[in-house]
Amino acid sequence: MLRSDYDSDITIWSHQGRIHQIEYAMEAVKQGSASVGIKSKTHVVVAGLKRASADTLGAYPQKVFRIDDHMGIGVSGLNADARVLTKYLRNECLNHKFVFDSPMPISKLVLQLADKSQIHTQKYGRRPYGVGLLVAGVDDNGTHLFETSPSGNYFDYKAQAIGARSQSARTYLEKKLDSFGDSSRDELIKHALLALRETVQSSSDGINQKNCSICVVGLGENFQILEGESLAPYLVGIEKEQEPTTNTMEE
Amino acid sequence: KIINSTHPLFQNIQIMSGWGNSNLDLSKPLDGRFSWFNHHDFGGKTYQPQQPSTRTTDPIVTGTSVLAIRYKNGVAIATDTLLSYGSLARFRDIRRIHPLNPNVIVGASGEYSDYQFITRFLDDLVTDNDIADNNYQPMDAKEIYSYLGRVMYGRRNKQDPLWNTIVIAGYKDNKSFLGSVDYLGTHFQDNTVATGYGDYIARPLLRNGFREDLTKEEAVKLLEGSLRVLFYRDARASNRIQVATIGEDGVNVSEPYELSTDWSIGTVTFAYDGRKEPVPVRSANNNDVSA
Repeated sequence: MLRSDYDSDITIWSHQGRIHQIEYAMEAVKQGSASVGIKSKTHVVVAGLKRASADTLGAYPQKVFRIDDHMGIGVSGLNADARVLTKYLRNECLNHKFVFDSPMPISKLVLQLADKSQIHTQKYGRRPYGVGLLVAGVDDNGTHLFETSPSGNYFDYKAQAIGARSQSARTYLEKKLDSFGDSSRDELIKHALLALRETVQSSSDGINQKNCSICVVGLGENFQILEGESLAPYLVGIEKEQEPTTNTMEE
Repeated sequence: KIINSTHPLFQNIQIMSGWGNSNLDLSKPLDGRFSWFNHHDFGGKTYQPQQPSTRTTDPIVTGTSVLAIRYKNGVAIATDTLLSYGSLARFRDIRRIHPLNPNVIVGASGEYSDYQFITRFLDDLVTDNDIADNNYQPMDAKEIYSYLGRVMYGRRNKQDPLWNTIVIAGYKDNKSFLGSVDYLGTHFQDNTVATGYGDYIARPLLRNGFREDLTKEEAVKLLEGSLRVLFYRDARASNRIQVATIGEDGVNVSEPYELSTDWSIGTVTFAYDGRKEPVPVRSANNNDVSA
């Protein structure tokens, strides 16, 4: 990206009608490790590729978070910002449950988060959040998958991938899009893992129990995270199915 | 020193010394001249002399009972259309039932200005929810009931209540909902609900008549009968009533209508002043004077 004279402040427009600081914040999301989300008529799955700072020495930072029984998120970007937003989302959900005796509608929470993010693009002295979320949840209107971005925009998706090399995952998702709606829970998880595998560099070990995190939520099924041992059957399942197709293609 | 001067010019002067303040008259409530604390720290709700009271201490314009009963595929709710100003029957054709959205109706008794405030902020809540985003999910009765419970309890804790008992009736997904919230924050759900005198006089009648498979017509008849009894017995009630139902066929709020009454019992009651003969009574239904 070219530096310009108009990118040092969030409150400065460029002469092309852009605010570069916001775009640079979105760049932070693109540099984070990949997250993939897919929804069917009954379930929503988000898969995250965990990136450890010191592979064998340390633990992998968390990629997917539970917000409430009916909602969770996958993150890409600055982990610290992700942590802070997770706390905010959990608090809002809990307050809503206490006041209204009902689980919070997904779109209402996402809208609140988007409005909060937008404030950080319009106030002097505040920087945008450097994290994109894939929000997965179910409510009275069915299954939902939203993407939020540092810009304050939010989008409703059937399937989406964000983070490093996510274009490869998106290519896979586009190919299989028509099959997602009626997929079963397990099929959906396998699709998410296969899409995630597309984002892994050919030089590494691919996806395994340690660097992968899946979360599922569905109509009548509470949010849960699958990690480590519980991922084994699904990983074995996709090994048999197909070879990764685009591991040499970068964006 | 000017401490004990009675000259008007020096009446409000306060002499302060390192050992406390003079002119301290302990026979009256202290008026804030002798100690400082920041009223702002207490949300401005502390006693402030020469300031008007800004919280409801007594209801002024009031509505009496609200009755409600669940029936087979919905809920029926009824009130009279009277607002009393103490013992004066002041406003004789008002509405105490408010449809909020296709899923919920609320009705209230108590201070009418607080009811107007409540319906205003509930309407705003419903509107905000409706326009929020493209995933339209209308609020249902349970959510309104829970929200009102928290608001009323919160106000009670600030010693600044909304002086009402509110009835929330709703129908969604073939399930009916009926609940009540009062100015203390007490809230509960039941098959029958009634506020004010209705809770004592009408509720037993409604309970006797209640069945799970009650039809809408039967439910309305029960409510009418109970409101009639209340008109006989509650000195702040009127016989001009309004009934609303919410159920399978949506929300229906009736126009006000008058209940018939029968005062012929007056012919057989005797005055409590030792009279041996009944006093001739002019019946409300005809102009005959019967003995």
